[in-house]
Amino acid sequence: MTRGLAILATLALWAGISYGNRAVEWMLPALLPTPGEVVRVFLDSVRDGSLVTSVTTSLVRVAEGFGLAAAAALALGVLVGVSTPVRLLVEPIIEFVRPIPPLAFLPMFLVWFGLGEASKVAFIGYTTFFPMFVAVAASVLRVDPMLLRAAASLGATRVDLIRRVILPAALPGIIVALRLGFGLALFVIVGAEFMGADAGLGHLIMEGRTFFNPAQIVMGALVLGLLGSAANALLVAAERSLFRWREARATS
Amino acid sequence: MARGSVLLSVPEMMEWGLRGPAVPRRRALRLRVLSIVLFLGAWSLAAGIVQAAGLFNPIFLPGPWLVLGKVLAMAVQGELWAHVGATLGRVAIGFSTGAALALLLGLPAGHVRAVRNLVEPVVELLRPIPPLAVLPLFIVWIGIGESAKAGFITYATFFPMFLTTVHAVRQIDPLLIRAAQSLGARPRQLFFRVILPAALPEILTGLRLGVALSFFVIVISEFIAAEQGLGFLINDGRSFFLVPQMLGAAVLLGVLGYAGNALVRLVERRVARWQQAV
Amino acid sequence: MKIQVQRVSKSFTADGRRTPALVDIDLDVADRELICLLGPSGCGKSTLLNIVAGFLEPTSGTILVDGRPVTGPGADRGVVFQEYVLFPWLTVQGNVEFGLTLKGVPADERRRIARRYLELVGLVQHAQKFPVQLSGGMKQRVAIARALANAPSIILMDEPFGALDAQTREILQEELGRIQRVEHKTILFVTHSIREAVYLADRVVVMTSAPGRIKQIFAIKLPETRDRFAPEFTQYESEITRVVKEEVAKVHE
Ligand SMILES: Nc1ncnc2c1ncn2[C@@H]1O[C@H](COP(=O)(O)OP(=O)(O)OP(=O)(O)O)[C@@H](O)[C@H]1O
Ligand SMILES: [Mg+2]
Repeated sequence: MTRGLAILATLALWAGISYGNRAVEWMLPALLPTPGEVVRVFLDSVRDGSLVTSVTTSLVRVAEGFGLAAAAALALGVLVGVSTPVRLLVEPIIEFVRPIPPLAFLPMFLVWFGLGEASKVAFIGYTTFFPMFVAVAASVLRVDPMLLRAAASLGATRVDLIRRVILPAALPGIIVALRLGFGLALFVIVGAEFMGADAGLGHLIMEGRTFFNPAQIVMGALVLGLLGSAANALLVAAERSLFRWREARATS
Repeated sequence: MARGSVLLSVPEMMEWGLRGPAVPRRRALRLRVLSIVLFLGAWSLAAGIVQAAGLFNPIFLPGPWLVLGKVLAMAVQGELWAHVGATLGRVAIGFSTGAALALLLGLPAGHVRAVRNLVEPVVELLRPIPPLAVLPLFIVWIGIGESAKAGFITYATFFPMFLTTVHAVRQIDPLLIRAAQSLGARPRQLFFRVILPAALPEILTGLRLGVALSFFVIVISEFIAAEQGLGFLINDGRSFFLVPQMLGAAVLLGVLGYAGNALVRLVERRVARWQQAV
Repeated sequence: MKIQVQRVSKSFTADGRRTPALVDIDLDVADRELICLLGPSGCGKSTLLNIVAGFLEPTSGTILVDGRPVTGPGADRGVVFQEYVLFPWLTVQGNVEFGLTLKGVPADERRRIARRYLELVGLVQHAQKFPVQLSGGMKQRVAIARALANAPSIILMDEPFGALDAQTREILQEELGRIQRVEHKTILFVTHSIREAVYLADRVVVMTSAPGRIKQIFAIKLPETRDRFAPEFTQYESEITRVVKEEVAKVHE
């Protein structure tokens, strides 16, 4: 209730400043787009279909890259959890590569995979793999040994333990890892599309800079924000219905 | 008991949980070295095979020695330091401004409900927008100069640091506050002697996040608009297929990020001595 | 009178419904008196203590301390919580000095006072440890030393020994009795243990089940150092047990 009001107030503030700027020209009016202008750009790009194309292009890239990375992170994360030698071998490599900001490798991916779809998908996959892998492995390693003891004393074999104890116990953490990865994918797709792309939301935003159309930048940014919020809300809702056995504790 | 088998056996799981038995320090160190050596070895081997068999143009996959050689050459010629300095300067200014703003707004917002209600909606509204999407706006507003790059880091790092600060203050046990009040603490003392120290560990975690994020986003602004900096080196290398330069600069960014992280960790360890039972 | 509780009532509003927690409590506590509050769970003992501490405002009625109305928490009323509540970033010594630091007492003076109270609770050799390194009983000793070092005339204790094992509990009861014979504080002490109440109290106040009123007050006329096995002691114990049981039974009806 108060939040809704405050958000309205924020929008009103934006409208007030931008229309006010129109009147007093404190700043070049084109630099500070009004809500009206942003809505107009939005409607225009909906009408000529460019927005839909941009959104689907970006989402397909995100989905493919994220999907590949998620599968790899799950498999490797669980393996690391149940195999100490693999863990001890993999950990240092991860620690070695992880501090490198993923965007620093973006041009490498363009060099390696060309300017087409492959470079973006591979880059998203690369970027999202590491944090997801680390989080999955951590949530597997955190599984309470007492649960394992309890299950084993009921006759569980190693496969049973993995399937019926470790995976369910680690699942909440795994879902959080996936949410993290998806958010990151939306974060970096923009960067990937800034550099050598001819479609996608990042491209749309960069176009706004090239043709000096700040309203288009703001519109693209808002659409991305909405996509992110929607995806997050969806995942949180899925999480809620999946884990009613856990005490209701929001992890946003 | 299947010692030495790859997967943990059931008895091993029973005894130690999934972390497995504690590995002696000596052996853990050996494994770390082995792991890095294997990694570099596999990389060298791949590069060597590409070169020998002519699978594709070897400039796409230079061996680690070429990368190291390039970095050393740039260091000796001195051009490297200007780039490292440029990146570090932007990160230092942008991050510290972001951290200062996050603390200045986050501490009161965590403590006073009215302030929180005022600030949080704006933050909630802007936060879901990936900061990178706003970068072009910074460029058209402030231009491609230094202030746009530092300002962008400030913008990008502010949100997570603000939110952790608010959370850090809000999770303080209210009984601690009561205890201090009944010992005579006035509001000012309460803030500096109870709220700040109680929130500090989590605030530092937030700062660590901010450091990582600074290096994360500086790269892209240096791709788009810069004549100096490690990000510039990478993108510059791309135009001329100077892959060793690209990889070298990326690794250097990793080293800087790692060092920044270690620095905050050091502070954390000093400040949070009370958290670890000895 | 040191503390005067005058027609204090308190109700809480939860989900739009007002439920009374305390009704018309009248209680005068003399200087240097140790009062134990007994009563079924949920009858409002903590609420009453929190009102005297100044953490909660009564819905009606007033609390006077030394004749002046209570308006908020203050250094004249030390509080010891069941959950210990030490400042985890301060050493044992830092915790004991905390209130003195707030008052701006110079460092060597603080150290002297802290040492005196750490001696009193037998923790001098642990002065440089952090709270995470202490057992429950040690933590509660620190909390007591911290309250005493601040030199309040009143100490409010809400089930301070409730989380401790039976042996530690008896030891701390004996320590508190010994300390009280030296320090002469006015103490309000909430407990569920009737033995503890008879061992420590000058008077035992038994409350009714929720909403809490005062049901009966027992003056314990036993010597300062008490013997838990003396016939008079068990006499009081069984008398109070009978009265408390009536109320506890009501909760389960
Ligand atoms: N902050 C609060 N909001 C709403 N109701 C409360 C609050 N604090 C206490 N109550 C209610 O007031 C009543 C008295 O609570 P109080 O904690 O004082 O009981 P108590 O006698 O200390 O119980 P116990 O022996 O279990 O500690 C209870 O019914 C409780 O539910
Ligand atoms: Mg209570």
